Amino acid sequence: MSLIRYQTPCSVMWPSLNRWANLRDDLDTLLDLPFWNGSSRQSQLFSGWTPALDLYQNNDNIVAIVELPGMRKEDIEISLQDGTLTISGERKEEQSKENGATRTERFTGKFCRSITLPTRVDANKVNATYKDGMLTVTLPKAEEAKPKQIQINLN
Amino acid sequence: MNTLVRENHTGGERQATEQFTAPAATVLENADGYTLEVEMPGVNKENLEMWVENNELTILGRRALPSVEGALIHRESRSENFQRSFELDPSIDAGRISAKIEQGVVTLTLPKAEQVKPRKIAVS
Repeated sequence: MSLIRYQTPCSVMWPSLNRWANLRDDLDTLLDLPFWNGSSRQSQLFSGWTPALDLYQNNDNIVAIVELPGMRKEDIEISLQDGTLTISGERKEEQSKENGATRTERFTGKFCRSITLPTRVDANKVNATYKDGMLTVTLPKAEEAKPKQIQINLN
Repeated sequence: MNTLVRENHTGGERQATEQFTAPAATVLENADGYTLEVEMPGVNKENLEMWVENNELTILGRRALPSVEGALIHRESRSENFQRSFELDPSIDAGRISAKIEQGVVTLTLPKAEQVKPRKIAVS
């Protein structure tokens, strides 16, 4: 890969993705595979910027960690509705026009990630921190979703 | 070659023993020099190393990921550390390169030399 001239990542990526999507559509039509429901994945692929998201679970919490380098706190939005966590935002182009770009790989613009949570959470106690370009969202599980030990009573 | 950087894929000895992932980078140029922005989420100031050797700039970032107790149920991130090398254009004054890291983005300022002086080449 030569690092010399300006290229937008999109112009490089899109043709192959288009081909991939077409191929998949063709396969879907041909083989009629209703179980291969990748529509959400496809919409993510075409939105341009898909920050990596990891999800952890322990007895008390569900924790989502998203890679969002170089954002401002104000430009990140987190919402919770019907058991779906949505993290969205926008990275604005900050450089002035006088700067010529010789290489552009960083994404600018909007992103949106939604993930269906595996259990119910307490929406009032959700906590989010942003450090070193990593967003950590901690979602405490609702009481009824926590694992419970059940005592056996002896007569 | 007039532009800032050419990438070096051969790497150093480090690459032989450890797998790295190449971070996304943006290069901007103006009259005074170049600005290089490199995305390294999860890297802080303490875990960032940069050096210039043989006219080649290498940036190495080790990830200090938030530690979470529990089971990983969905994963998209990569665990490798970041490393990438760039060949510097001769117009860059390597002695005046400066860098900062903010929310996982390393911004390097690479000023051009005040005057790119002609060099004599000795015949051996």
